[in-house]
Amino acid sequence: MSRQSDQGFILSIDGPVIGIKGLKYQKIGDLVKIGHSKLTGEIIKITDNRSIATCYEYTEGLHVGEPVLNTTEPLSMELGPGLLNNIYDGIQRTLPLLREKYGDFIGIEQEAYALDRKKSWIFEPKVKEGTKVTPGDIIGTVQETNTINHKIMVPMGVYGTLTTIVRPSKYSIEDTIYTIKNGKIEQKFGLFQKWPIRNIRPYRQRIYPTEPLITGMRVIDVLFPVAKGGVVAVPGGFGTGKTVIQHNLAKWADADIIVYVGCGERGNEMADVLEQFPNLIDPHTNLPVMERTVLIANTSNMPVSAREASIFSGLTIAEYYRDMGYDVALLADSTTRWAEALREISGRLEEMPAEGGYPAYLSTRLASFYERAGLVHPLGFPDRVGSITVVGAVSPPSGDFSEPVTKTTRRFVKAFWALDAKLAYSRHYPSISWTDSYSLYSEHLEEWWNKLGKGWGKSRIDISEILARSDELQNIVQLVGKENLPVEQQLILFVAELIKNVYLIQNAFDPIDRYSSPQKSLKLINLILDYYSRSLDVVSREIPLFEVENLGIVTEISRARLSIKNKDVDQFEGLQKKLEREITGLIERYESS
Amino acid sequence: MKITYSNIQGIEGPLVFLRHQHNVMNGEIVHIIDPNGIARTGRVLEISENVTVIEVFQGTAGLDTDRTQLTFSDEVFQISISRDMLGRTFDGQGRPKILKNADSFPELLPEVVRPICGTPINPYSRSYPTDVIHTGISVIDGLTTLVRGQKLPIFTGQGLSHNKLAAQIVKQAKVREENFVVVFVGIGILQDDAMYFEQRFKESGNWQNVISFLNIASDPTIERILIPRIALTVAEYFAFDLDMHVLVIMTDITNYCEALRELSSAKGEIPSRKGFPGYMYSDLASLYERAGKIKGREGSITQIPIITMPNDDITHPIPDLTGFITEGQIVLSRELYKRNVYPPIDILSSLSRLMKEGVGEGKTREDHSEIASQLYSLYAQSLEIKELESIIGEESLTSLDKRILNFGKSFEQYFMNQKFDEERDVITTLDLAWDLVSTVPKRNILRISPEILDKYYIEDARIKEKLWGR
Repeated sequence: MSRQSDQGFILSIDGPVIGIKGLKYQKIGDLVKIGHSKLTGEIIKITDNRSIATCYEYTEGLHVGEPVLNTTEPLSMELGPGLLNNIYDGIQRTLPLLREKYGDFIGIEQEAYALDRKKSWIFEPKVKEGTKVTPGDIIGTVQETNTINHKIMVPMGVYGTLTTIVRPSKYSIEDTIYTIKNGKIEQKFGLFQKWPIRNIRPYRQRIYPTEPLITGMRVIDVLFPVAKGGVVAVPGGFGTGKTVIQHNLAKWADADIIVYVGCGERGNEMADVLEQFPNLIDPHTNLPVMERTVLIANTSNMPVSAREASIFSGLTIAEYYRDMGYDVALLADSTTRWAEALREISGRLEEMPAEGGYPAYLSTRLASFYERAGLVHPLGFPDRVGSITVVGAVSPPSGDFSEPVTKTTRRFVKAFWALDAKLAYSRHYPSISWTDSYSLYSEHLEEWWNKLGKGWGKSRIDISEILARSDELQNIVQLVGKENLPVEQQLILFVAELIKNVYLIQNAFDPIDRYSSPQKSLKLINLILDYYSRSLDVVSREIPLFEVENLGIVTEISRARLSIKNKDVDQFEGLQKKLEREITGLIERYESS
Repeated sequence: MKITYSNIQGIEGPLVFLRHQHNVMNGEIVHIIDPNGIARTGRVLEISENVTVIEVFQGTAGLDTDRTQLTFSDEVFQISISRDMLGRTFDGQGRPKILKNADSFPELLPEVVRPICGTPINPYSRSYPTDVIHTGISVIDGLTTLVRGQKLPIFTGQGLSHNKLAAQIVKQAKVREENFVVVFVGIGILQDDAMYFEQRFKESGNWQNVISFLNIASDPTIERILIPRIALTVAEYFAFDLDMHVLVIMTDITNYCEALRELSSAKGEIPSRKGFPGYMYSDLASLYERAGKIKGREGSITQIPIITMPNDDITHPIPDLTGFITEGQIVLSRELYKRNVYPPIDILSSLSRLMKEGVGEGKTREDHSEIASQLYSLYAQSLEIKELESIIGEESLTSLDKRILNFGKSFEQYFMNQKFDEERDVITTLDLAWDLVSTVPKRNILRISPEILDKYYIEDARIKEKLWGR
């Protein structure tokens, strides 16, 4: 089968969907070069006399009858040093390089390598010649950025004896680094490998996640935590703050690697990320967050087929770093745009639509995306553990959570951060609803938190109860007015407001409040709960409620999120003493009179 | 090579179906001569195995199958652009519009010729918009700040004052810029509305900086799909080639989407929500995403699309999809309009996503984002209390509730309400906000950091009284 000979021609054009006649060796998923301008496309359907491809670029100006060349290879990612600190489009063209070569606008006939061919890396071999190797074995390392030590692994499906390996020195991406001999065949390998984006990278064993992904957002870390290796959906109508939550995770979450996929979203948001990230310092490593980040930007006005591919491109890169033993967070904004891309292509293929016009295979595709998350032992020696946490934003039309994408997504995720438009309208951010959200990871994470300090599990339950109680009481207030409630219930309302306004609310742009360390989150909530239980005691002694509401400590609790730095959590002890002093003083004053 | 056909296979709605015998180009322009010898223009929309689908810009009325002639031009739709376009009006195909009683204009000498579909800006080339456009309107400057390079739609309903608001923004925003161009795009609008804008632009004395593209309600529907693309191609030339700041006002996107639906159903596509095509999100994005700023270039494109929400329904697909693409929205409220509040902006559902980088120390004032957040919070509370009041009566409210209720009333009266010719600078707006916030006890102000609160909160009771005496 000669690759050059597999050529056909364009038969029909409907937006990104191209009908091709004359190909002989086409397989589903083969990459094709369409027309004289060699636009990239992928074969998605084969009938008896033609093949259908979706084109990753704009098709205006393409003629019927132009040639189509089949590369006979699937769409693959280049995986190797140079991925971090980089920004790609949905099919892994390097955007800075495109700009350098072709200017500020993305047109047709533009190509750019994913990994820099000229840059050289210092390679450190870790195994000796003559070693027997299997897929995933780490044979050497490259210091990719200040934070990340890139492991060079034997590609999947390669077994044999290491016959040569280079000495420690500088090498470029295309240099031969090692050779492996199996039987009579000897193969050469460089610093990078390729992997088709739609195939799952194999691993040895999956394990249940027990460690939280610390996000620095109190409402998440304390109320609706996610585990490293977990899956979360973040649904919300427009303007509810999905993107700010995703950006916050990218900035502060304690993952080793962040893969951020901007899928069908705004160009200016990507510009924001690109301008901010190089200047932001990761609180865990004190190095710029960009050094651990891979960005994939396929904005809403870029071709829809590439948008569909972008999520899988991101996953493939995430799996590659997971295989090195890193904790990776894949942030996808937004999975709805991805599903809509599926729908658009499906509509052009005139497939029978299922619910909401989406194709019947929507749930299969969503599953193939979310199931690639998890905590695993990757293949190869030495044994290691790596994880992929997937956080998928969902943009339900009209904020309606019963629509197909949100509904189907719910089946595959174990944590659900429902964003509430009403909270967003009063600028209560993050607008994660405490009534509609849930996390099934909390019980598995309790052990981790208990090592940190007392009472995480109990505090979670206590705040949930206060919030739920307060929501119930609000209904009664509507009928009789706040003044006519029993004093204990008025206290619940007051404390619930306090929890909402000084604890759950968090200013993503305030230098102190934007990241709340686990210690600070825990100490602050325990202080509020202690204030509640002591106040309950006070009002039971028939001391009026306004006395506890007006205590000086209330103002200090209110300010704590903005004024106490993460490194100064010891200050909470002072607040605790002050609380005790003021309460005791209050009781003494009343009992003596 | 130009090829002419005269054997149309079928005609449906705005579409012509032709059995082609040569290699047709996707998007190719087709010149059509109807049986009366009058020229029309069309464009190739889809090519299947033997049949080409052509959309006819002027509509298909009067076309037949055997006498109509179609010539393939071997070109995609392009527009000639020139600096002489300033101060002039163009039709739905970008040709100079001949107005009655107008001075005769010289023909345009094109400086460049560009295809109208444009190409996406490389996300890496974008520079994040941070320069505030001061509109002189308190609600916008204070709470939903407009930034150069932003796309901020106005969601409105039939009969609300969106045209007035858009005209006021144009009038007051121009002052600070010399190289400022307004591109006005009327999509299926009423002749009256077109005249209203023309008059306002002339009154404000910047007619020479306005380029108008008009497709009025009686003009062909298909042109509604072209006209915003033509206008944005022109805007891109002025912004990114000539380094000017371009403000594009597009009204009404609802008409655009309806034209899209008409075309889609004529093609026999599978409809999505409310009959609109499944690709409407991507299609709208191809318009809105043309706003922005580019690294190393001076100019910018700011878009204010106007969307009439059918039945005032913000969850209708058109406003809904728009909201997911644009950087916020300004929502007009019928209830405020009825109470004679101008501009009737429903601040709780309005939002500017680019505000955070545009405001603050060195840009507007250090307290801006915090006071804005506090205003939202208090106003939201005041509306809740108002609802409560209507059930349980004013007597049962706590004293704090009463204070917040009063805050809400004066906020609407003094802050939101503004005259058409009243221009407030941003400092006046922020000071006004502090006057209002200071009527609420200091310990109930939870959204503002202690230092800012101490610096700006007005403790003196007399000042508060002064405010009520305004």
